[in-house]
Parts: sequence; C-alpha cells; structure tokens
Amino acid sequence: MTSVHDWAAPNPVSTNRSGLIGKPVDRYEGPLKVTGTAPYAYEVQPPSPPAYGVMIGAEIATGRLTGADIAEAEAAPGVLAVWTHFNVPAQPPRGAKAHPRSTAGSNPALENDKVAYFGQPVAFVVADTLENAVSASHLVKLTYAAETPDVDFRARLEDAGQPPGEQDVEIGDFASGFTAAEVQLDETWSTPIQNHCQMEPCATLAWWEGEKCIVHTSIQMVKPAQHGLAETLGIGRDDVHLLTRYIGGGFGGKGGTYDDLALAALAARALGRPVKVAFTRQQMMNATIHRPATVQRVRLGAKKDGTLDAFSMMTWTHCNRNGNFTEHASNFARALYAAPNRLTGHRLVRLDLPVAGPMRAPGEASGTMSLECAMDELAEKLGLDPVELRIKNEPPVDPENGRPFSMRQMVRCLKEGAQLFGWDRRLPTPGLVRDGRWLVGMGMAAAIRGNFLLPAKCGFSVEPDGTIVVRQGMTDIGTGTYTVLAQIAAETLGVPLGQVRVEIGDSEMPPAPGSGGQFGAATAGSAALMAGMNLRKAIAALAVGDPGSPLHGGSPDEVTFQDGVVAISNRSETLSDLIQRAAPAGIAVEGEIRPAADAREWSTQTYGAHYVEVGVDPITGEVRVRRMLGVFAAGRIINAKTARSQLTGGMIWGAASALTEANPVDVRYGSLLNQDLAQYLVPVQADIGEVEAIILDEVDDKANPMGIKGVGELGNSGAGAAVANAVYNACGVRVRDYPISPDKLLAGLIAQGM
Amino acid sequence: MRPFTYERATSAAGAAKAAALTRGARFIAGGTNLLDLMKLDIERPTHLIDVSRLPMAAIAATAEGGLSLGAAATNSDVAANAEIRARYPVLSEAIVAGGSPQLRNKATVGGNLLQRTRCAYFYDTSKPCNKRAPGSGCSALEGLNRNAAIFGASPHCIATHPSDMSVALVALGARVELVSPSGDTRTLPVADLHRLPGETPQIETELIPGELITAVVLPPPPAGGQLYRKVRDRASYAGGLASVAVAGGQVALGMVAHKPWRAAAAEAALAAGASPAEAIAKELEGASSLGRNDFKVPLVARLTAAAISEVKGRG
Repeated sequence: MTSVHDWAAPNPVSTNRSGLIGKPVDRYEGPLKVTGTAPYAYEVQPPSPPAYGVMIGAEIATGRLTGADIAEAEAAPGVLAVWTHFNVPAQPPRGAKAHPRSTAGSNPALENDKVAYFGQPVAFVVADTLENAVSASHLVKLTYAAETPDVDFRARLEDAGQPPGEQDVEIGDFASGFTAAEVQLDETWSTPIQNHCQMEPCATLAWWEGEKCIVHTSIQMVKPAQHGLAETLGIGRDDVHLLTRYIGGGFGGKGGTYDDLALAALAARALGRPVKVAFTRQQMMNATIHRPATVQRVRLGAKKDGTLDAFSMMTWTHCNRNGNFTEHASNFARALYAAPNRLTGHRLVRLDLPVAGPMRAPGEASGTMSLECAMDELAEKLGLDPVELRIKNEPPVDPENGRPFSMRQMVRCLKEGAQLFGWDRRLPTPGLVRDGRWLVGMGMAAAIRGNFLLPAKCGFSVEPDGTIVVRQGMTDIGTGTYTVLAQIAAETLGVPLGQVRVEIGDSEMPPAPGSGGQFGAATAGSAALMAGMNLRKAIAALAVGDPGSPLHGGSPDEVTFQDGVVAISNRSETLSDLIQRAAPAGIAVEGEIRPAADAREWSTQTYGAHYVEVGVDPITGEVRVRRMLGVFAAGRIINAKTARSQLTGGMIWGAASALTEANPVDVRYGSLLNQDLAQYLVPVQADIGEVEAIILDEVDDKANPMGIKGVGELGNSGAGAAVANAVYNACGVRVRDYPISPDKLLAGLIAQGM
Repeated sequence: MRPFTYERATSAAGAAKAAALTRGARFIAGGTNLLDLMKLDIERPTHLIDVSRLPMAAIAATAEGGLSLGAAATNSDVAANAEIRARYPVLSEAIVAGGSPQLRNKATVGGNLLQRTRCAYFYDTSKPCNKRAPGSGCSALEGLNRNAAIFGASPHCIATHPSDMSVALVALGARVELVSPSGDTRTLPVADLHRLPGETPQIETELIPGELITAVVLPPPPAGGQLYRKVRDRASYAGGLASVAVAGGQVALGMVAHKPWRAAAAEAALAAGASPAEAIAKELEGASSLGRNDFKVPLVARLTAAAISEVKGRG
C-alpha cells in the first residue's frame, strides 16, 4: 500500500519545470462554450432524427395514480408513445443488480402507482417534435387517489430521530461544561430548502446501435450512471456507452440520475430511433433533489477571556419518506474550534417532500450559517473582536480525534484577510456607519471543508505527431477539469498546452469517481499524474532502446521532457520524431491513484476566512452586498483562474443563501412555491459588488502526490454567515431565520425603533 | 404550448377587428410575458395577431405640450428617450427598474401595461387560481402570500399587478389611446385601465373584446420633482415587494393592488398640508393585510414617506 510519505518524492507537478502548474490558464473548452458550439447532452447530433420525450409530473404529493386516459394524447399529431406505469416497458425492480459489482442498481422510471412526492414523473409522451410532445402532454388525463401529505418540517421537529447508523458525538461533558461557563450563548437558526438551479437542466439523448445503448446525458458521476442504466434496461454494463462531455453545472444535483435517463433509453429502444428527454426548469425544482431545510441549535460556553469551555451544535433536517439523506450540517464544526466539552449530532425526519440530497458544500453551507454567526454573537457578548475570538480557540490538533492537522493555515487566512479587507476600520457597535441612504456594516466568518482522495484511473497516450492524449471517465461540471488535466499532462510530459488533447466524460475510458465533494481535481488529477509518469517511463525506455535515437544507450532515468523535446543532456530529439520513427502506432498507458493507507493519521481540511461589507437600507430593509473578500488555503493550486472562479462562485452562493435563496413549501400541497429563476432568486450581477478570492501559497503533501486540495465547496462555507454578521454590524438586527429578506429585516428595524 | 395560428396585422383597426372576430385570439408584440405563459400552458390562445410591426413605435410631442408614446415603442427606447429623461424622469426610472435589458429591448408600452401578475399560484397550473381557471378558488388566499395585495383585494384574488412602468404612468396622469374592433377610438386614464379583482379576477382591464392600445399620452409634467423607488429582494430582475412613483404632488403605488394604485387619499392630504408620513398614513387607512404580507403596510408607509420627502427636498 502507498504511504503519504511516498507522495513527498519530487514529481513533475511538484517540480513544475515549465511553470504551467498554478498558472491562470484559460479554460480548455472555453472557446467552445462561449461560442455556443460545445454540444451539451441535448444538443449532440444523433445518427438519425430524434424523437422528443416530455415527462409529466404528479400533481399530488402522496397517494396513488389510479387511472390514466391516454387515448386523446395518443391520437394527437406526431405522437409516438404515451407511457404511464400501466404500460411502460418492464424494468427490474428498484435497486436490483444483475451484476453484483454494479455501482448502482436498477432505477426504474414510472415504476408503479405510488406517488412519493409532488412533481414525481408519472407519465411520458414522445412525439416527432418537442412542440407536438408538449401539446399532447396536456391531453393526458390522470386520476389520483390523494392522501394528506406530511410535509410540515417545522411542525415535525419533535418527531425527528437519529439518522440511521449515527450517534451523537460527545467529548468531555457538554452539559456540565456549558452550565459552568462564565458566558453562555444558546440560539437557534433555520435555513430553507434550496434548489441547485443549474443553467443546464437535466437532459438525456439516447439511441441504440444493435444491442448497445449510446446515451449522452448530463451527470456528475459516470460509472454509477452507466451501471444503473444497464441494470434498469436489463442489459450488460458494457452495452451502455454513456457520455457526458459538457455539463452546464451540477452542484451535487446531478450526482445521481433521474428518469430522463431510463425513459430516453427505453423509448429509443421501443421506437427504434434516437430520443431526447429534458427536464423543464419548473420540473427541476420539485422532481430533482434539493438542499433540505434545517433547524440548528448552537450552544457556546466560554470563559470571559473568550476560551471556549463547551460547544454544541445540533441539526434537525428532513428527507423524503423513501430516502436516506442527512444534511450533516454539524459535522464541519467538529474540526473547527477547540473546546474540551463538545456535543454534536443530527436529527432526521422523513416527510412526503421531494427528494433531499447534496448541494454545493453539503453540511458546511447550512451549518456555518449558524455557528459562524454564534461566534459573532459570542464575540460581542465578550467584548472581543470576532477574529480574535476565533484565533483564541484555534485548535493545535483536531479537537475530536487528536490527529495532527496535515496543514492548517486558518490563522493566516484570518489575519491576512483582516489586513487586506481593512477590518480594523470596522466599528464594533452596530448602526454607526452611513453612506447616503445606506447603513454600512462589516462581518466576517471562518471557512472549513474536508478534503478527500478517492481511487481513480487515467489513460495517457502519445500520438505519432507528439500529441499527448488524456482519457478519463471524469466529468467537468464547469469547474475546470479539462483545463487542469491539460496542465498536468503538459507539465508531466514537457509539451506545450496546445499539444495536449483531453477526452473525458465517457464510460469507456478509465474510470474516475467524477465531480463532487471537492475531490475532483485531486482525485482525477493524481491519477493523471500517475498515468503521465508511466508514459514518461515508456517514452524514456523507447528512446534509450532505439538505435535510431540520439538518446540511444543512455539511462532512462536521465531522460528529460521539455518543450516537446526528449533529451539526455545535449543529446535530444523531438517527441514526435521519436514516436513517428520508433512507435508509429503511438504508446498508450494507464495510471492509477489510491488513498494512502496512512492518510487517516492526519486531519486534512481546507480553510478560509470571509470578510464582507454590506449596505442596509434602514427604510426598506433591503440589503446589498458591497464587497466580499475571501482568503483561502487549499494546498497547491493547479490553475489560479479556475480555482478563483470556483471560490468566488461559492462566495456569491453564500451571499444568496444569506439574502435571497429559498424555496418555501406550501404545506397544503407538499410542493415548492418557486417554479423558475424569476421566482427563485439567485444573485444577478447587480447584487454582487466587488468579489475577490486570495489563495495562499501552500502545498499539503499529506493530501496526494500533487499536494493539492479542492476548492469547489470551500468558497461557499462561511460566506453566508459573514454576510449575516455584516448585516448585524450595519443595523443591529440579527435575523436567524434565513434568508434575511426585507420583510424580516424590516420587522427587526421597527422593533428597534428605527 | 398548444397549437395556434398566427397573422401579422397591417393596421391597428384591422388588428382589433380580427381579434374580435377570432375566438381565443390574442395580440402579441414583444411576447416577453405572453410566450412564457403559453409555454407554461397558462395562456392558451388559438390565434396570435402580431401588432409589433404596426407603425405605432413613435415617441412624439403632443399639441398640449405632452408626449405620445406609441404602444409598440420598446421599453428600452422609452426609458432612453432624452425628452422623457428630462421631463418625465419618474417614467424612465420606473422602466429600468423592471425586467432586464434583454426583456426591455423586446417589451413594448402596450404589452407592459397588459402584463399579468407574478403570483406564484397563477404560474403553477396544478393549483387553483380564479384568474387562470375562473371559479377554481384562490390558492394564495391561505397560501404563501408574502407579496399579496393590501389594497382592493377580494376573496377571489389577492394578486398584484407587477408593472413598474404603469405606476409611473398613473402618477403622471397618463391616458391610453384605444381603437375598437369597429374602428372607433377612445381614451382612458391609465389609472382606470385596470380593474380590481372583485368576483371576476380573470377580467383585468376595462378594454372591450378586441380593443387595442395604440398609444399612451403623457400630459405636460406636473410641477415639482419626480422619483420612482422600488423595493425588491434582489437588486435587479426581480418583481417588487412595493414601489412608489412621485410626480410633484401626485403619488402612485406599485405591487400593492390588482392595479397600479393611485394614492388619492395621500395626494389629498398632501394638498391639504399634511406631512409625507401623515399623508401616506391616510392612504394606508384603507389597507388590509393577511399575515404574511403584513410587512407591506409599514414598508409602504416608510418607502412612500421617504420618497415624497426626497422629492420635496429637491425643491
């Protein structure tokens, strides 16, 4: 087994001879995307004209579909098929695995008469055009036996229990520590349901070539989607060729598959022609996953000097009755602050709501919204600066398990952020700074997010013209995967970026776990480095063994790779000359990364500090973000541009969580209120003033051979709390029920006599 | 979307006549609202009459010293017009507070006036809505109605009119020019164009079937300053929670009723020497709220008092 110590040896990425690693290189696929020529799943050209499928969602939240009158729809112009559970082609039962090693089981569409949530696809219409399919979908008459949905989360908090297989984590004696503490804080926060709102809704295009199903879809993880579809179709896993080349945002919402995948494949098989199926924006809200609501109780007990004696964070949350997802909003807190007496845990209640699942920074995004505001409130009680309070409680080792931190630059993030932002100009008393009609306030919060490395493979080859080709069953959900793989390949093989081709998002390529949990770049990239080093070895061996090469007879260990040239001191030739002569078919190799056996001896996290300035209109309760600064420490950065872009995107998401994003449940119907991007408010350009993300120099050699860590979730962690704290500093009102909309803030302003 | 037929009108009177003759016909100009609603199966026209290419896009001076805005003039063109920016800044400010640049480039004066509510239940075809399906009930009444009306609502509908532009037009005392299917023309104050919901919230205006808006006429601006202020959750591309247009001593409120709301009681109080806060308090004596939208009452009070004071302060 590998040890993290093996990773410390110099490699092409850590040596970075040509300096490509860390550079703000433009996106590999950028020109395709900005010219509208990157084919997303729904836009791929199939071999023959496609038919168009549209799904119909249940209009009840719980009950049964008792009847379907499809005659009128079937007779409508252009209609090719109308399916409900009464007539959909047979599929293996949910979860069934014909192949024991499948990474996902059968996921049958329209599987039975049960309706488990509002918007669940219950009928499907295919026609020759999208217009005909949509028009016919209005002619399908469904009848239901509706039951009263149990969907009122706030009314069911007392019924919430331990999530399966989990226990509260207590260290020391929280109750005694909290009771004895000189200063106490005990407050409760709540966060609403949020939707992912990817620019590209979920969509699939499928066709069959003989026994083989070719499917283009929008998905974050390739293998489970391929395996799950094969199980659903009852065919061999190799008979599904799944491609997901360009993805218009995932954010966790495309981590699993939805019924577009199976329905497109089933309809293409039944009709003998390609079939496209896309979710509408409205369907995305209820019929794909969402971030569930939470209620969070935070208790802090401290000495008068600010030292935490007791700390507790308990989270209540919900998932669908048939689901098994917990929003682990308390988990991140376990590694954040030192305190001898600690209690954290979660309570879960199952409801007839749509399906809860992971969304960007699952856990941290919700959880920091309470704890990082609680720290702000405690600082005020103690008369301490919030930055100082955090530094005072900085743990020397992981406070839950005593493991050393692999690398922890939290304090540096806090200090440098404070300096760059001008934190010293913040007045601790709220409501004192005015700019025209705006009250101005500053707030800050810490950011933390775990780091992971998963097993992955990667293929590298060199073509006769010297082009290096990367092949990997990896995805790029807008994060920059294509670009960082190209940089790693170019640096490892010593070729210019233009001499690298990256092919990803294909189930027939060496598998990688995909995009999620901010493990993508470290995992896929480490596998790519390994493959690249294997290709170096193969090329070096080829050169020194080839009598026609100037390198012939040299030591393969001495071969250098730079500027497309292989050399041993002053003996050299171009890579393309070598390959064309000595290996005219090219060379292909694979590489692989696995977690190190001893990796768990360290606590490995990414860190940051957010500083925010907001304006509050004291007349209307409107809040506008004026500037945001985040300082982050997340290992070596492969690409300064794509990393910064992910971090600022996460920060903006945090601002939205604090101020606008929410999808309320209408408990009478069990449905989410907001149906589109005019109602569900993600920030627009005008909402966000200056945003800057600074990334500290760092190499975390316990993380992986490249010393990199992820940034995809980190920017979101804590950003919303910093906004909320700034709102308080501006106007003296704490709103603990997110989002801080004008109606709630106005109530607080009026209560204060403002 | 359901199948429909389409024709391009060649004259305003012809368009009105065609609309009256064809059951299920609707006019289309910019289409920024109608097409969305058709795709969502909320509007189900069987025939579209395209009036966007009629020669009705001119912005011209009137003999009375005001301005005439062609019904097909785009929101962007009206907002950017130098004469309007100089003499009717409240109109310019109101227009740019609505939609997005892309929408304003397509949306027209006539279409803006006739846009439909943004009530979430109106948009969700799985829910009862008297406006969408008369007689089915109002889901908002006991629902998530944070943005419901506080003036003139009925048990049948508590939706608000979402237009920013029309609030400014009401404050300016503008009139719409209309042509009927018989070719007759008439004018109507914008303040009287829209109806309160009553028992028929599906009937939103006083237009007779087929009647087409051809222009909006602005009288000379009233003496005094002008201001439009809109409160919204998000800084742009968001429906308002409340808005106010002030033009001299004339005041109109937005997103508080089924129509742009002329604050007549407030105007009368102002004219009688009341302070801005006293004047809007007078208006709000007629307000009623349902719980979730209670905040709109103090919001309108604060917003309006501040706007009137600001205009007065400018002298």
